[in-house]
Order: sequence, then structure tokens, then C-alpha cells
Amino acid sequence: MKRYLVLADGQIYPGTAFGDRQAAVGELVFNTGMSGYQESITDQSYNGEILMFTYPLIGNYGINRDDHESITPSCKGVVVHELARRASNWRNEMSLDDYLKMNHIPGIADIDTRAVTKHIREVGAMKATIVDEVKPDTVSQLQATVLNKAVVAESSTNNAYPNPATGPNVVVVDFGLKHSILRELAKRHCNLTVLPYNATAGQIMALNPDGVMLTNGPGDPKDVPGALEMIREVEQQVPLFGICLGHQLFSLANGADTFKMKFGHRGFNHPVREIATGRIDFTSQNHGYAVDRDSLANTDLMITHEEINDGTVEGVRHRRFPAFSVQYHPDAAPGPHDADHIFDEFIDLMAAHQRARKGSNFNA
Amino acid sequence: MPKRTDIHKIMVIGSGPIIIGQAAEFDYSGTQACLALKELGYEVVLVNSNPATIMTDKEIADQVYLEPITLEFVSQILRKEHPDAILPTLGGQQGLNMAMELSDSGILKELQIELLGTKLSAIDQAEDREQFKDLMEKLGEPVPASGIAYTVDEAVDFATKTGYPVIVRPAFTMGGTGGGIAETEAELKTIAENGLSLSPVTQVLIEQSIAGYKEIEFEVMRDAADNAMVVCNMENFDPVGIHTGDSIVYAPVQTLADREVQMLRDAALKIIRALKIEGGCNVQLALDPNSFNYYIIEVNPRVSRSSALASKATGYPIAKMAAKIAVGLHLDEIKNPVTGTTYAEFEPALDYVVCKIPRWPFDKFTKADRRLGTQMKATGEVMAIGRNIEEATLKAVRSLEIGVNYIDEPALTQVDDDTLSDKLIHAQDDRLFYLAEAIRRGHTIEDLAEITKINVFFLDKLLHIIEIENDLKAHYDDLDVLTTAKRNGFGDQTIADFWGETIDDIRNYRKAHNVLPVYKMVDTCAGEFESTTPYYYGTYEYENESIVTKKPSVLVLGSGPIRIGQGVEFDYATVHSVKAIQKAGYEAIIMNSNPETVSTDFSISDKLYFEPLTIEDVMNVIDLEQPQGVIVQFGGQTAINLAAPLADHGVKILGTSVVDVDRAEDRDEFDKVIKQLQIPQPAGDTASDEDTALKIADKLGYPVLVRPSYVLGGRAMEIVKKRADLDYYMHNAVKVSHDHPVLIDSYLVGKECEVDAICDGQTVVIPGIMEHIERAGVHSGDSMAVYPPQSLSADVQAQIVKYTEQLAIALNCVGMMNIQFVIHDEQVYVIEVNPRASRTVPFLSKVTGIPMAQVATRVILGQSLADQGYETGLVTPGPLVHVKAPVFSFSKLNRVDSLLGPEMKSTGEVMGSDTTMSKALYKAFEAAKLHVPNHGNILITVRDDDKPEALTLAKRFYNLGYQLLATSGTASYLTKHDLPVTVVDKIDSGENDLLHQMEAGHIQVVINTVSDEEHAADDGTLIRNSSIAHNIPLFTALDTVAAILQVLESQSFVTQAL
Repeated sequence: MKRYLVLADGQIYPGTAFGDRQAAVGELVFNTGMSGYQESITDQSYNGEILMFTYPLIGNYGINRDDHESITPSCKGVVVHELARRASNWRNEMSLDDYLKMNHIPGIADIDTRAVTKHIREVGAMKATIVDEVKPDTVSQLQATVLNKAVVAESSTNNAYPNPATGPNVVVVDFGLKHSILRELAKRHCNLTVLPYNATAGQIMALNPDGVMLTNGPGDPKDVPGALEMIREVEQQVPLFGICLGHQLFSLANGADTFKMKFGHRGFNHPVREIATGRIDFTSQNHGYAVDRDSLANTDLMITHEEINDGTVEGVRHRRFPAFSVQYHPDAAPGPHDADHIFDEFIDLMAAHQRARKGSNFNA
Repeated sequence: MPKRTDIHKIMVIGSGPIIIGQAAEFDYSGTQACLALKELGYEVVLVNSNPATIMTDKEIADQVYLEPITLEFVSQILRKEHPDAILPTLGGQQGLNMAMELSDSGILKELQIELLGTKLSAIDQAEDREQFKDLMEKLGEPVPASGIAYTVDEAVDFATKTGYPVIVRPAFTMGGTGGGIAETEAELKTIAENGLSLSPVTQVLIEQSIAGYKEIEFEVMRDAADNAMVVCNMENFDPVGIHTGDSIVYAPVQTLADREVQMLRDAALKIIRALKIEGGCNVQLALDPNSFNYYIIEVNPRVSRSSALASKATGYPIAKMAAKIAVGLHLDEIKNPVTGTTYAEFEPALDYVVCKIPRWPFDKFTKADRRLGTQMKATGEVMAIGRNIEEATLKAVRSLEIGVNYIDEPALTQVDDDTLSDKLIHAQDDRLFYLAEAIRRGHTIEDLAEITKINVFFLDKLLHIIEIENDLKAHYDDLDVLTTAKRNGFGDQTIADFWGETIDDIRNYRKAHNVLPVYKMVDTCAGEFESTTPYYYGTYEYENESIVTKKPSVLVLGSGPIRIGQGVEFDYATVHSVKAIQKAGYEAIIMNSNPETVSTDFSISDKLYFEPLTIEDVMNVIDLEQPQGVIVQFGGQTAINLAAPLADHGVKILGTSVVDVDRAEDRDEFDKVIKQLQIPQPAGDTASDEDTALKIADKLGYPVLVRPSYVLGGRAMEIVKKRADLDYYMHNAVKVSHDHPVLIDSYLVGKECEVDAICDGQTVVIPGIMEHIERAGVHSGDSMAVYPPQSLSADVQAQIVKYTEQLAIALNCVGMMNIQFVIHDEQVYVIEVNPRASRTVPFLSKVTGIPMAQVATRVILGQSLADQGYETGLVTPGPLVHVKAPVFSFSKLNRVDSLLGPEMKSTGEVMGSDTTMSKALYKAFEAAKLHVPNHGNILITVRDDDKPEALTLAKRFYNLGYQLLATSGTASYLTKHDLPVTVVDKIDSGENDLLHQMEAGHIQVVINTVSDEEHAADDGTLIRNSSIAHNIPLFTALDTVAAILQVLESQSFVTQAL
């Protein structure tokens, strides 16, 4: 059945329906990864966004039980060039089409995704809708639509929950976390307590953590002002590590500014240089906002990582406190594992801080 | 780190002649490397023995040595040039092996020459099976259970323990030479013995078979700062068991979830880091289709065929980057030349699908073993780009030029079910067609997956194609079905066939309904960054990205996949033509389908369309670009065959007109021309049925030379000595018809020679005459050629010049032409005229210093030869003698008779130049790796006709100190003429028979000619095959023997008792 991808600037691309049949509205963004659609679709950072894949064949290996990055995907729609007729992989359990239907996410196929990508590259990410029929007011309605700003509240857990282990005690503040962050910490035996995005410093410190993890999440960091005070209090007391939205919030909390990028970084071939060593990792990225480099000038933060091509700030560290953050996803999923050593650094930082605090002890 | 300043002069080693497994891709990578090093300010010294390469053009390096790549000659060059370093990783296995040999000889240490790119230890670790296994164990990377064997018994012992099947891989050979899968002990013995003899270190790896696993390749790069990255990953359609060079390959991987991709990526990067390679590397892995288990199959610590494919598939120039890394630059210091804005430290993202299909030589070697296995047999490959697998696959199929436009081989409908399943299980080159046939017959793809182990995902794509085929057949003239078909890669011709229309009907229908291709850019980044790469592929989509400029343009058609008879020579000419077009102020546009070549490097032309070379695809580009005209002279038969259909569509063919091309190629037309000019040619006629053929031959008298008209490389050409044989030939070797007549000529025994000429309608420049060493009867492409001629009288040369001038003018040649002559009793006869650039253009350009393809292109664009400073006549040769020698790939192909004849069999060429004929010959033989020692045992077994001549040659060998061995017939003849000869036992006559002696290394040279009475299974074939298998120099033409004797005699002193 025919459907249409309509952009806020009036561009209309005809395509074929798949997934759920409701109309979708969201910000249209593109991802350049050639694999990993399951991880991306289930990544809560796409909450509120219509996700378009530049790789033309999507669904080739189906959906499996292992590679989910959240339980309930929250992206608003999926745009592909071609939906696989038949998925083939030993772990395949259902088709992408069925998965999207089950999760009420509309999709559209047979789109010249390269043309749309180039358009977004030129004019910037914008609102879009997937509809069955283009009416005279479709574009104006789209333009008038105000996208939900409470995406973090939607994506975050409502209730605290533990993931017990015997290693360092880490409080994870969930802004819309990817399971891979929990996987990486679990791999390092961290004893996790996941708290909702609006956890206070008091609630966090009451758990006597060895470290605090600020996760990724969707949307504009400035829409989560409540977290900044929490960060300012916590960073003074225990090691703190932020990823993606967590990195942006950490930066905002310390006086830096963030801005909306023209079309963001979504994919996993972004080379990031660690300034101190010159080491370059290929990183998995998914962000539409970034920390303003100039705004870091008079703060306590120093730039530790940068994207080698466009110079985007990819990591900062606090000059006085044991706190740091990265814009990219060291947890990969999808994408390369090059940067997973960052988690080891977090563990090391907690261990060093522990020794400094004396008394406390854990098996790092 | 910036580039190194402690080195100034770098030697690059090329890959030598084109053989199966080591082909044009190394001209592409070598050229890129030399240019990159020059660009960085280094002085570049290049050694390569292959004249048919762009890399051996003067402007590619500061010093170009067209010399044999042997220890002797490379050492001499090193002593003369004193380079600071050698870059051996861009010249294929030849380059690496040469580097190892140089190092072993001690000269690198002595002259303090450093090896760049890959350290010797890394070459050993990657290529020595035992060290490789140790390294993988250390890294915790799994390899299939395997054992090293130095003898056949050791191989059998291992297999007895692990069970069959096992894979045999000889150490230090490329393209899987001598390897294979053994299902039984008997098979293992045969393969292991062959493999051991081919391995320079007499070592084979016996490996647990993991046939059926997914075969995945990663092309990875690393710099001295330990930055490492993946340029491209690829998945083979054919599972493990078939050499990747013989597999259909897709990029990127298709059936792997991200977790699997990243797992294998981690392994590939771990390996390149452990080997400390500074440059490119290829890692081949096998992935269990039902678990996360994987094995490392092989690592190539150098730029490879796969990396050329990966470069073309992604746009990322691996060889250029590898060269820059080798001199110390880091990936994050080099700009990505595709985007111009990002850095080379960037893993390309594709937004299209690439399909590579190998091109096999079985259309020419009809009796060869077509089964595919671990030994590569393809001579070339095609690549196609599409927005889905169906499109990329069908575009690749119609790029193959094997007489089909689609996965539809009509003959297969006649095949019975048993044969069909046999061909599915035991893959041949044509398995894709058998799969399509099986699907048409209703086999389920699940069943097919079960018996072939091909992933059901790929089979489903074939099923989809067949479904669309059925839709097309069921819905005549249906626009929706047509649109779907076009989006899935169906060619207009295929649709026309289904609908009973012409290709033009479909084209017009499409155009009327606006079903037109758009052209999308290959930009390495999936559109994320703005790029300016002028590299495009066609697809049926929404947005066109190829912007036509205001500058007038000229379209040059390339030569498609490399095959026997149409090799890299034509790519050479194509690239030169492009250069001349650009210099003349036009925009040069190239179309080609071959990923291995320099012409498909996007930096060569102003615009590259990576598309099939069919009338549909070419017309589509012409519709968009509206070029001033099309040049078809340089792309071999591929391009020239498109001339007439293009002209029919109103396209201007630049250069010799289509009418005149036809006058040269059509037998009857050509007869008129030649009669009018009163030029002698062997008597002959054209037959369009069997009876006429026999009548013509009766009239001419035997022997006759027979061949189909419009052929390339002497395909199906034969010398026929009696009526019964002609009768057999007409009924079995060719399909004769009115449209496809057969030419029958009286066969004149004599010396053959050829010329290439350039003509503008007034002036006819003849850069040179090449004299063939082998007499008429051996295909010109398989003959050794000497320039300038050494034994042609002034009168004969004058006749050649005169006839050439007359023919060029009479045929209104504008551009290049090639004429073949035979000289019989001091009279020159014209055998054939090719109204296009020939395979000798690069050789002759190099030895004369005349850039022939460029001169011809300027002529084609309207600049007269006089304006360019040339005048009519033969160009006076320089002081040196140059010999071009053919190189064969018989050791890669089972059951191909190595006997030279009128059908071309060589895959490549080398040249040797020196001050005397014998020195030049020596170099040519050495470069061709046809090393004849100065003493030993020579086996002579020749047919009766050849015995008197063989006697003379045998005497000369005897005088040099050779021991003569011969089979009984030849031996008694030689004995009768007072030569001491040892009679060798006939084959199968016991321990001491011929084959055993060859195997035992008792025979150093074999001379074998056969009479036509004997057929394929005779002893001669066994002797020849055994020579090939044991790497014993084999001569099947007595003229070549005379040439090698000339060399040996020139090097020896006479020792004679008083």
C-alpha cells in the first residue's frame, strides 16, 4: 500500500507502507550504519524521531531476542529504501515488519533514502510525517505540530531497579538508557541500581555509590534542567561518567552550552581522537545536539576527545572532580567496540577514588 | 607523524605478467602507489616486467625499469640505483616473494635498504602456515584444525586423524595455486603432491574442511601510530570451499547482524595490529551460519585483488593510502580524496550494494575442468553497483559478456534433473544459471540451500528475480511490472525477449513513460558529507546526482572484464585515450565494468560511470551526457562491437566509421578492398554451411586455417589438415549459420609479423613492425615478438610498409589499426586487419616512445598527424632489441592443453630489452619465469614432420652439454643421425617411466609437439600436463626452442676435445 513521507519544508516522497499503519510525526534523522537496525530502532535516544537508514537494505537478518537496546522502542517511524523480503540469520525470530507492527511503529519503504539524506544534509534535520494520504493541509499541520519535549520522562524508567553483582556500587541515572550500557557495566561486575531521570542527589548518595553513570537519552539536554543540580552535587562526591545526553547534561551542569547540530551524528564510523594520546577510535554515535566548544572556555571542563573531521566535542573531563563524559557510545551496539576501554577507565577511576576515600573496598 | 625525511628514494616492485590470481588489480594499485609517493616528493624507482601496464609508463615513476623481476636483475638495479627503501606490498605475491628473496640474498642488509609497509617477519607470520597458526593461537583467534606436511605421507596421516574432507593449501603460492579439497585419500595424494611441488618451500597445509560456512572478507588498514580501520567488508554468495576469487561477492555483508559484524571486525583489526602492518591487509574469515563460531581462513599482508575490489566498491583508494602510510603518514593526517573534506581515517559507509562476479576462461578453454574449488580459475571479474541485490546482480551478469544478458541459459532447459543437481552441488562457473534453472523448475530455495549451503537470503533474491520474470511474461506491456523489473536490474533486452519486442521498443516505451535511470554518486559516506567524486552508478530511483557540465565531452568505452584475448592492454590504451581527450580540452567520460583496472580509478577521468557495457546502459549515459561522440577503438572487441548499434541510434562514433570498420571485418567486404589494392592474401572463402566449407577446402587444398568470423583471440580457430577433421570441426567446434559464417583460408607456413599503424586519412604512421618468433599457426598473442625485426629482408619490410599504408588509406582509417601478415617465400600476405587498437599497443608504445593511443586519440579528435609532427612511413627503430613474451596460467587450470596453436591461451606478457637479440631473449624468458638451466636432461618427443628440425635443435643442446632423452620414435630418429640418446620408457611402463622421471626432477626441459592424429588423452597431453605440474620449462613450438638455444649458446663457451 502506498504511503508518503512528508517533510516540513513541503518535500513529498511516495513510498510503500510497512509496520504499523497509524500516521507518524517526528523529527526526521538519518543513520549511516550498514548493520544494527535492531539496536538503533530500540535505542531510546530516537524517541520522538523518525529514523531513516541510509543503507538501502534493511531487515536482512530479522529481529532476534538478544540485540534489543530497550524493551519498548520509542522511535516514531522508520524509513528505508528496501525492506527485506525474507530475513535470514540463525538468531532471527521475526521480521522487522512484524516487530514494528507489534510495537506500533509505522514504517515506509521504497524511498530514495539517499535523496532524502542529501536533502537533510543540506537543509538540516526537520519535522516529518508518514501518512497514507497527502491532504492540502498536511504540510501546514506538520509545521504547526509541536513535538513532544518530555521524551526523557517517557524513555526513562519510572521506578528504581537493581542489577546486583559483587563489584563497584554504581548508580545509573536513566535518561533513556541503552541496555548495552548496563551490559558493559555488568561485564565489569558492577553492582547496579538504576534510578529514574529525576532522581535527586540525595536519593543517589543515599545508596552510597562508588560511582554514578549518566546515561544517554533522547532530545534536547536543555529540556532536562532538573538533572543539572543533581550533577553539580554528585560530581563533587563520587566519580561520575556521562554518555551522550549524560555528557551534554554534565557539560551544561558545569557551565558549558549545547547547541542543536544541523543534522547530527548518527552512525558508527565517526573517528574520535583522544587528545592526550592521539589514539583514534571509531565510535558509535547518535546525537543531534553537541557541546559548544567555545562555551567550555571559562568552565572547569577540559576537552578530552574530538571528532577528527568536524571537530565536534566528543569528551570532557572535570579539572577538579573525578568526573568525565563522552558524547559517543563506548557501549557500541550497534557499531565498533573500539572505545569500550572507556568503561575500564571509569572502573579505574572508581578504584582510585576508593583508595583515596580509604575504608571502602571492592573487587574492581 | 609527518612523512619520513630520512628516506628519499624508494623502489616499488610490480607484480609482473598477468596470470590467474595476479592480474590487472596490481597495475591499479602499483600506479596509485607510485603516484602517491611521487606526490609526496620521493624519487620512485619502479621495476616491472609487464609492458602492458600504466604503471610502467615513464611519467608514473622517476625511473622505470621494464626488467625481469628476478633476484639477478632486481639486485643489479638496486646496486645501480641505491634506493633507501623498497615498497613490496603493492606488487601482489610477486612483490612479496621478491622482497623475501632479496632479503635472503643479503643484498638489503649490504646496501642498507629498508622494507616499507610490511616487515619480513609479518610476511612470514601471515604466509608461513606454521607461524600463522602460532600467531593466531597467541591472539586467541580460532583457525581450523590443521597440520603442516612436507611430504604426501604426512598429509595423509593428518587427514586420517581428522577425517575427510580436508583442504590442501600450498605455502607461498598465490591464488590458491595447487590447492584443493580432497574427499578421499586418493584425491589427497594427487593434490598434495601437486601442491608440494608448486610450493617454493615444499610445504602444504592440510586443513579441516569448513566448507559450507559463510565466507566473509575484511579489508583493513593500519598506520604506524596503530590506528586501524576497516575499509570494507564483503560476503561471498558461495560459501567457504570456493576460492574467493572464484566466488560471487557482495559488499557490504548482507546476512550478518551487527553483533557478528563487530565480532569479525574486532578479529580483523586484532590481526593487522599483531602483524604490525603499515598499509593494507586482507583478512578472510569463515562464519558458522548457525552460531557465533568463526575461523580465520587466511590473511594477505599486502594489497590484494580484494582490496582493489574494495577500493572500487567504496571509492576509498586503499593502495594510495597504503603507500602514504608506508612512508610514515598517519591516517588522520591524510585527506580522504573522495570527500576532500574528511580524513582518510574514516570507515566508508555504503548506501548501495556491490556485486562482483568472476569472469572465467571456459568459453575459450572448453575442455578445461570447470569445477570450482580452492584454486582460483577466473581471469578477471566484473563489478556492478545497484540499490539492491537483484539490481547489482543482474547488472553484473550482463557485464560478463558471455553471450547472455540475464540469468537465463537456454541450453540448461534441456539438462536432466540429475545433471542439474550435480551441477548445483559441484559448483562450476555457471552455478548461478543452474540455480535459476532449478528455481524455474520449482525447486524450493530451502532445498537449494540445503544442497548448496548458499544462504537462503541470497537464493531468495534469485527467487525474486524469477518471480519478476514470471510477472513480466504474464503481463505484456504492463508499466508497473516493467518499473519493478527495471528497479531490480532487468535489462531492456531481457524484457524485450519476454514480450516478443525489440530492445528499442522497450527503450521507447520506457522513455515515453519516464522510466529512466538516475545516476548516484559513490562517495564513501552514504551522503553524510558533500563530495565531489565524479564516480557514478545507474539505478532506477528518484533523484539524479550526475550533473552534466557545459564543457563538451567525449565518452570512451572501456574493455570490460579481463579474459584471454582481451587483457589489460586495452585498459592501458583506454587510459591513454582519456589523457589525450583531457589535454585536448574536452571532458573525458569513461564507462567500464571492471573493478581491477586503472581506467575505473575515479581520479583518471572527469567522470566515471561504473556500468555494464551494453547498448542499453551506454545509451542511457549518452542520453544524459550528450557527448560530442564516442570512442570505441581502445576498448577491444567489447567497445568495437557497440559501434554499429550506437551508430544506429544516431550516436557519433569518433574515428574510423562504422562502415569502414565493417569493411575491414567483414570477409566479403574486405576481399573487395584487398583485391582492388592488389595486395596478396592467403586464398580463402566464407562458408555459411558445412558442405560449402568442405567444397572450399577441397578447392584450396589442405592444410586450411578455419575460424568463425568476428572473433577475438583466435577463439575456435584451428589449422585443419584433412577433410575428415574439417568435417568434424564444422559439426562440432562451431555453430555455423548465415549470420555467423566460417572463414576458410589456405594455411601458409611462414614467418608471421604484425604492425600497428595510426592514420588520419592522409598520413599513415607505422611505429614499428613486430616479428613473431613462432611461425604462422601459433596465435599472435601467444607468440614471442621481436622489435625491430631481426630476420626480415629490406624488401619484405618495404612490402609490409606499403601494404599497411595502402590499407589504412583505403579503409579510411582514422585512429589505430593493426595488421597481421605472413611471409611465405619472401612474399608478404595479409592475414587480417583489426580496425582498432590491438594488444601490442602498450609494448610498441613503450619500445618506440610514441604514445600511440594518445596520438591516435588526437587524430580521432581532429588533429592531423602532420600537425603532431608525424609523417607517413615506418618510424626508424632505436638501437635496442625488444622481445615480448607470452605468459600462461596453465598451472591453475586442469585439463587445458598447453599446446600452442591458433587459439590464444596466454593470460599475460613480459618484455625483455637489451643490446642484442640473445640478451633480450634471455631477459624475456627470465621475466616469463621460463628459466632453462645451462645443463641437464632434455626430453624430446616430437611428431614425424618435426623430426628433421628437432634433430638440428637436439644437436645444439648436445653440444651445450645436455643429455638427450627421447621417447622411442624420436629416439630412434636421433640415434640414426648419430646422437647419443637415452630412450625413456613410455608412460605407465613402470617405475622408470617418463612421468616418474619428471616427478623425480630428472628432466630439466621438455620439447613436445604432436600430430593432429592424436587426441586429448594421448601421452603428449600427459607429458605436457606433467611438465606444467612440475614446473619444468615446456616448449611446444620448435621456433621457441631455437630462441632459447640462441640464449644458451650466447652464454656458453665451446668445450671441445681435440
